[in-house]
Order: sequence, then structure tokens, then C-alpha cells
Amino acid sequence: MAIQRLLIANRGEIAVRIIRAAKKLGITAIQVYSEADKDMLAVSLADVSICIGGPHAKDSYLNIANVIKAATETSADAVHPGYGFLSESAEFTRAVVDAGMTYVGPSADTIERMGDKVSARQTAEAAGVPIVPGSKGRIDSIDDAAIMASEIGYPIMIKASAGGGGRGIRIANNEEDLRTMAPQAQSEAAAAFGDGGLYMERSIQSPRHIEVQIVGDGTRAVHFFERECSLQRRRQKVWEEAGAECLDDATRKHLCETAVALAESVNYLGAGTVEYLYDSASKEFYFIEMNTRIQVEHPISELITNTDLVQEMILVAGGAELSVTQDDIKKTGHAIEVRINAEDPHMQFLPFPGKVTKLKSPQGDGVRFDHFLYEGYQIPPFYDSLLGKLIVHGDDRADAIRKMALALTELEIEGLKTTIPLHVALANDAGVQSGEFHTQWLEPWLDAGNLTKGATS
Amino acid sequence: MPQILSPLPGTFYMRANPESAAYKKAGDVVSATDTIGLIEVMKTFIEIKAEADGTFQDYVAEDGEPVTAGQVLAELEG
Repeated sequence: MAIQRLLIANRGEIAVRIIRAAKKLGITAIQVYSEADKDMLAVSLADVSICIGGPHAKDSYLNIANVIKAATETSADAVHPGYGFLSESAEFTRAVVDAGMTYVGPSADTIERMGDKVSARQTAEAAGVPIVPGSKGRIDSIDDAAIMASEIGYPIMIKASAGGGGRGIRIANNEEDLRTMAPQAQSEAAAAFGDGGLYMERSIQSPRHIEVQIVGDGTRAVHFFERECSLQRRRQKVWEEAGAECLDDATRKHLCETAVALAESVNYLGAGTVEYLYDSASKEFYFIEMNTRIQVEHPISELITNTDLVQEMILVAGGAELSVTQDDIKKTGHAIEVRINAEDPHMQFLPFPGKVTKLKSPQGDGVRFDHFLYEGYQIPPFYDSLLGKLIVHGDDRADAIRKMALALTELEIEGLKTTIPLHVALANDAGVQSGEFHTQWLEPWLDAGNLTKGATS
Repeated sequence: MPQILSPLPGTFYMRANPESAAYKKAGDVVSATDTIGLIEVMKTFIEIKAEADGTFQDYVAEDGEPVTAGQVLAELEG
């Protein structure tokens, strides 16, 4: 049944984004908030709001019982998890469904299957998606890890079988490294996820990170083309583009079709992203993982395909069929998103929570600023540092970079340190402009002092 | 009596992880560069240094609790 009362189990800019989509669909938006978040923008935009606990996420946004209680008390008929927090928790999905509500996203079984790296890899392989050479199953002993590593070949990447988000990954260049790092990875995984199982795969040198946006209605899936997200610092994306100019048409078509095949093979329902490593030299791509939720960088895919992905995921969750066929989805121009974080790029990206004393958003055709700020807003220190996303849509990549450079000069956020100077330097950098970068590019660029040299603000 | 203040808002921790002992206890000799605690701010942990030599008296802030910028975290006997 179509959703009528949607509870948003998240905060920050994505809560604002979901409320806007809900309102366009005529759905009542119910916003949860922690004691530290009563002043946030999403609370004032929502039709209904309800406090779900203390400032620490474990007492509020990560507390399943509190979120379900709030949904019941406010008569919600559906829950949107956003990204982060409980967005990839099968336990949460089950709790929502058990409470008689609709979960805006895939089934708990799909979340579990794609959330575990080993079963995700098996599922991808079965659907015909290329995978990086790696361990067949989870590894529990260091000796097994050493034997398997010599078969796969060094350098090798060691990951926790559970968990995600790029944290805790180690790269071993030889067996000595492996014997030092594997026990660390094991105890870290056990502490963080309650599961010390490891997983290993060959480390591809200087790959690009390319991902495909898909939406499924439980039967059929479509893609909204690819995104290029190689500019990363500490494995966190910084600057994202749609599409990936480095791909030729045949590779792009193959890449996007494998993502759709994977989604259809699990009867995927909702918005999702299939992530790949891409080796520019060999033009080969390999499956990394599937994120079973909406992502931070979804707006660039929306701009190049003229689609509202958040509305689409709400509609299919309510039982509708996809509103489009693959042939309906046309790609126009090029889009770029940069993440505006409350961090000081000149001080090793030290977080900088503070009060927004002045806010001026850039204007103009093809410019969008998704955020949760207003003048006088005190940013709480308890959550991540993302303040918003500046997004531009240009005729082509060069036009988009020019638009981004201009929009960045028009964006003013006072009272805080932000990553705006980083993006100004990137937009004016010859390497970024030529598109010749990969996932190992940004950190050496920062270490070489390019930010200080190129600083204009 | 020298006080150690929080340089920024966040959550204060007096130990490196839940299993370990507190960085300092009453009577410990402390040098200026010693870490006495951590502040978690926007998912990043920042080490808090004593900033002065002396003898540790006690923590003032509670472990795992929110603190504001400028709040007293601990005190030293000069």
C-alpha cells in the first residue's frame, strides 16, 4: 500500500532531503531527533517530530527499540533509514517489518546477504559480475591466511568479513606484513563488529573507484549510470562525478548492465549502489561491494538523468512498479558533487563544530546545495562532520568544473572552518581538470602541500 | 591549581579504550606532553595533553560524557 506517514530515522542533510521528497509525494514526514538535535533544520521542516534519546548515537539514532517506539507512537506506516546509522542493519529492517510498517529499502535477507563480504562476492560472481581474486570464504586462522595469500598473490588487502565503510582495511606486501597485520585486523574486527572473521583479496594498484546507481522494484531493476568517486581521503569520498569520463562506451554499458543483473538476481527493492574498482590500464572492473541504501552522492546521478531517486525509492517501497524503463533513462551532461565538511583542511582536517554566523548559498542554473544549515545554528559535535553537498550540472566535464569553481566562490559559511578551500584548490588543479586521478591520488597530493600552494581563500 | 581544559566540544574519555585503565590517577607525576584523555569530536579522537608539568590531582569531567569547549577536564597540583 502506498506510504502515507513516513518516519525518517536519520538526521542532518539526508533527513532534509527525505522530507522534501516525502512532501512532494504528499506524504506526512515524521522526524526523529536526539536531545542534541532539537534545533536541526529537519525538525522544523517535518510535519511531526519526536525525541528518541540522548546525544550519543547509540542512545538515539542507533537505538532500534527507541526508533520503533517513536514510529509506533507517531502512527508511522513506513520508515526511511537514510544512510549510515541503521541503514544497513538487517535487525532494524526486521524490527520495522515486525512492527507492521514498511521499510524503505531492500529486505532484511538482502541486506544481510550483501552486507557480508563473502556472501556478497559469491552473489556477484553468480550474477556474472567480475570479482577481484580473493579468499573463497572467511578466514579464521593466521596460517590459513598465509597459505591463501600466497595463492592469491601479493600485495593483498585484509578486511573484516563483517562491517564496512572502508575502515580497518590493511594492505600486506609480503608474508611478514601479513603475519603482523592479520592478528590486528582480527582483534579490531572482533571489537568493532563482534566478529573476528577476515577476508582477503588481491590489492589492485592505483585503481579508480566507480559505482553504479540502481533502483529495483522487487522484480525489475534499472541503472542511472555510473559515478566516479576516486578522490578520497582516508577512504572517505571527497569529490564525486557522474559519469566516469575514463570509461569507453562499451565498458560503461557492460559495467552498468552487470549492476542491473546483480540487483535483479536478488530481486532488489529500493535504491542501491554497486561499487567497483576500475583498472584504467587494462580497462577491467571488479566488484567491491553493494550498498543497500541511498548514498551521500546520489544527487549527481539525479542531475544527469533528471530523476528524483529518493521519491522513486519511496514509491517502490510502497508497492509501485518502477516509474521508468531503462530506455527512458537518458544521460545529459556531467555532474560533480563536493562534500562540505566542518573540518579545517589546513590543520590535518581537524573537526570544527561551531555556530553558523552567516550562510550564503550559491545560485544559478545547474547549481544545487543540499545541506541542513541556517544562520544561528550550533553544529553539535556528536555526529559526523558533513554539513552539506555542493552539486553542479554542466554541459560537459569542463563546464561542470568551471561551474563548481564559481559556485564555491559564491558559497559562504561563516563561524566554522570548512573544506571549501580544499575544493577550490581541487577545482583549479591541472590533475583534477585532466581527470588523471585514482584512489591513491589525493593523499600524496595533500602531503605534497598542494593545498597550501593553491590556497586562494 | 593548573586546570586542563577541553579545547573543543565533544565527548570526554579518560581511557584509550573501554578495557584499559585511565591515562592518569591521583598522585601521578605528569609532564606537559603527557596525554591525560581523549575528546571525541565528529567521530574523530583528539588526544588531550597536560600542557603543564605537575602532579595529577583528579579528573573533573566524567568519562564518556559530553563536554563543552573550555570546560575543566582535570586538575593538577602545581
